[in-house]
Amino acid sequence: MQKITRDQLIEKAASLLANGTVSCVLGWQKGEFDYDITPAVFDTEDELKANFVWNDFCGANFSKYLVSKTKKCEGKILVFLKACDTYSFNQLLTEHRFDREKVYAVGIPCEGMADIAKVKAIAGDGISSIDCSGEKMAVTTIYEDAPVMIDAKDVLAERCVNCKSKKHVAYDELMGEDGDVIDSARFDEVAKIEAMTPDERFAFWQNELSRCIRCNACRDICPACTCEKCVFDNPNSSVENKSPANSFEEKMFHIIRAFHVAGRCTDCGECSRVCPQHIPLHLLNRKFIKDIDSFYGDYQAGAEVGSRAPLVNYTTDDLEPGEVFERGDN
Amino acid sequence: MQRIGVFVCWCGSNIAGTVDVQAVSDALKNEPGVVFSTNYQYMCSQAGQNMIKDAVAEHKLTGIVVCSCSPRMHEATFRKTAAAAGINPYMVEIANIREQCSWVHKDMVTGTEKAIILGKAAVAKVNLNTPLTPGESPVTKRALVIGGGIAGIQTALDIADAGFPVDIVEKKPTIGGKMAQLDKTFPTLDCAACILTPKMVDVAQNDKIRIFSYSEVTDVKGFVGNFDVTIKKHARYVKEDICTGCGACTEKCPMKKVPNEFNLGMDNRSAIYIPFAQAVPKVATIDPNYCNMLKNGKCGVCSKVCAAGAIDYKQQDEFIEEKYGAIVVATGFNPISMDKFDEFAYNQSKDVITSLEFERLTNAAGPTAGKLLRPSDLKHPHTIVFVQCVGSRCDACAEKGKEYCSKICCMYTAKHAMLTRDKYPDTDVYVFYIDVRTPGKNFDEFYRRAVEEYGVHYIKGMVGKVTPEGDKLKVQASDLLANKQLHIDADLVVLAAAIEPDKSARPLATMLTASMDTNDFFTEAHPKLRPVESPTAGVFLSGACQGPKDIPETVSQAGAAASKVIGLLAKDKLTGNPCVASSNELMCNGCSTCERVCPYGAITYENKEFRMPDRTTAIRRIAVVNPAVCQGCGCCTVACPSGAMDLRGFANSQIIAEVDAICK
Repeated sequence: MQKITRDQLIEKAASLLANGTVSCVLGWQKGEFDYDITPAVFDTEDELKANFVWNDFCGANFSKYLVSKTKKCEGKILVFLKACDTYSFNQLLTEHRFDREKVYAVGIPCEGMADIAKVKAIAGDGISSIDCSGEKMAVTTIYEDAPVMIDAKDVLAERCVNCKSKKHVAYDELMGEDGDVIDSARFDEVAKIEAMTPDERFAFWQNELSRCIRCNACRDICPACTCEKCVFDNPNSSVENKSPANSFEEKMFHIIRAFHVAGRCTDCGECSRVCPQHIPLHLLNRKFIKDIDSFYGDYQAGAEVGSRAPLVNYTTDDLEPGEVFERGDN
Repeated sequence: MQRIGVFVCWCGSNIAGTVDVQAVSDALKNEPGVVFSTNYQYMCSQAGQNMIKDAVAEHKLTGIVVCSCSPRMHEATFRKTAAAAGINPYMVEIANIREQCSWVHKDMVTGTEKAIILGKAAVAKVNLNTPLTPGESPVTKRALVIGGGIAGIQTALDIADAGFPVDIVEKKPTIGGKMAQLDKTFPTLDCAACILTPKMVDVAQNDKIRIFSYSEVTDVKGFVGNFDVTIKKHARYVKEDICTGCGACTEKCPMKKVPNEFNLGMDNRSAIYIPFAQAVPKVATIDPNYCNMLKNGKCGVCSKVCAAGAIDYKQQDEFIEEKYGAIVVATGFNPISMDKFDEFAYNQSKDVITSLEFERLTNAAGPTAGKLLRPSDLKHPHTIVFVQCVGSRCDACAEKGKEYCSKICCMYTAKHAMLTRDKYPDTDVYVFYIDVRTPGKNFDEFYRRAVEEYGVHYIKGMVGKVTPEGDKLKVQASDLLANKQLHIDADLVVLAAAIEPDKSARPLATMLTASMDTNDFFTEAHPKLRPVESPTAGVFLSGACQGPKDIPETVSQAGAAASKVIGLLAKDKLTGNPCVASSNELMCNGCSTCERVCPYGAITYENKEFRMPDRTTAIRRIAVVNPAVCQGCGCCTVACPSGAMDLRGFANSQIIAEVDAICK
């Protein structure tokens, strides 16, 4: 259960709409299923009351939507940002991807979002409704009359188990209390992969990436992937429109993408959340983050606007490339 | 579609010896776009160039591939040939089948196979080449010399003599460098100060030369002809333009226990000091690490005794920004630290000294007023052992010392030995050497005089250990020619420490984007043919920053660097390089990544109105490259996340085409 309620958010949005601070609201609305929440733009209080949703499945990071929505919306746009979303928000500002003046950001507390795969593992398939309003999550399936009661902690998404920060690094207004940056265990999984032999590691990624169907969901959701024209759509880039025709191609897409977002990825985890094949894509990005931290000192993309990512910065203290190579040779 | 001509050069037997040139020209004949292919003994010769011109006319060529030596050798030659034949010079590509092929292969079959592959890659690239036109940029007619030793001084004097303004930046409070610390100079034995200080005075009096002493370069932007340099002038707490250099403050300063770096810490100076009598500028400097007034606000004596009122305890570091057309690096050298050479007991005994310390001990302005006295008890030493190659010519694996020969030690040790025997005939002088290396005018004669006329004992062999015992230094050494162990009770041991580039050179090289070798010596553009130019245009090298050098060599290199600078500054305009970055504004995100990685500050941003695919208009931020400032390094093209940034002449598509051709 989230500490802040749907009604509080609607009330806040409605008052900002009423006093003219914002002209539209970027929020969540129900999709086909209760757990299938989609982002939407709301223009009126009535629309909010009818369709706005806030529960344990509102994982979507709205930062990226601001790139296109700020260009379309007249006046300011209200966006609700969870702590982790604020990092992407700042990173996009660093890259000048939207006009800060056109956004009214409201920071909201988050108790962690649920992973539907974990819910299904407990409750089974055929979920007809999920009620997150009580202490426990009530999951009703088409097979049973009585709902399965699940403790939200047991179904937290991996990125929320390893939440890196409850601190909002950007907002115009904060609802509820701000938290702290958390010393998470998010690199443990990366360390495990690093400990593998090169052959084991290759087999691990071969196994994971061979499931890729090139649906591009990871790219389309990624707040670091906001290029006007993606290299994978650019006929002159020589990597355009490749389908996972062979084992090299299926890996190439993800490796190129990981390199493209390296140093800019805030580790929001959206790529893994949306992957229909459940590929742990965030691990590729985390490996980059871990390496950047150990080579150049701790750096969190999006922690502040305008920070210079180590990969596009140069200081005389930088590690010599030879040393990077030696450390990587394990 | 291009009409490409392929010209395979034999380079005499340099290429043809290991590459079947006929097979190469035959194989490349069938590549896409190739309409003509031939080979010839010397493509760069007049006859070879005429062959290219004729082929352009006859076959209506639009592109040229020359399979020959490195583009650094003859790319310019063939571009001119192309221009003379009426096609754009940037439609020429060189396949390097000499340095990267024939010279590294012994086997004709593999050499030929690789030459064909390299040729195919070049053809694949030319197919995507487009004609390019270079722009022009103006030249700032002012030079910067970094380092005020004899190298910097000579370079600055020569440039100023040609009428161009020069600034010298020296990190010490005075110019003069290492030469000012020397006593006599080989092989003529004239006194270093007598020949150096007139030049220092010339510098001070030359109205074309400005000296920024106690200063360092902190930032360099721009490019050949247009460098923007930031110079940090450290606060010396004395107003330079008011101080008369009378020295009253240095006499009255109560803090007199400051190790004197000019005498290598062998005596003390005051906290406010003038490094030596002939310092230029002759201005006092307060050492903030020792001055009581600066440290805890108590004292102020110098301010009271200064008749001119030059003391300013509140002085701040000053940053000066200046534009230069050319930069000369003259950062010089230092003896290496003796910390890793425990066997010579340098840190255990005051009587084990380095050769530079020996210079100060024999110098009239030194700590002993020129009398050769040993530092520990100020007694006259009767047995002196000189050890050569301390840290020079070391084993690469030894992790101490340097692999290279420091070049100057043989001669200055002969000088020290000779002068000692000349002044103090009652002294026994031993010199331990690996080899005695004395190439140079009058050098060997000089060394032989030390041995034959002055009776210096030259012993081939190394000193294994020096052990202080009582007031003696027990020296264990081997005499390789007599094949026996020697034990000498010495009073003084002098170590000919290897020399290394000054520590300031590495960060400076980074600022200048000038390359260095593994020993941190600056690399020259060509070791034989361009020895005073760095590979970075507009950056020149003078003196020991480029490699170990004695004074005559340093002065000649300084003059050579000056002549190169003068040649550059004499031009009104420089023709630019058309191979610069450009951004495809339709794809640019305006994310600023390219601006951050650009070492030259060539990228700016503007907001531009775009018609979007959905027929709306939007203002978008896009990158704009200033082609006069861009040096075509390509950093931005790899950093650009969307691939909007591309390099003319080296487009991503061209490079991928080359890679594809090689991997096919």
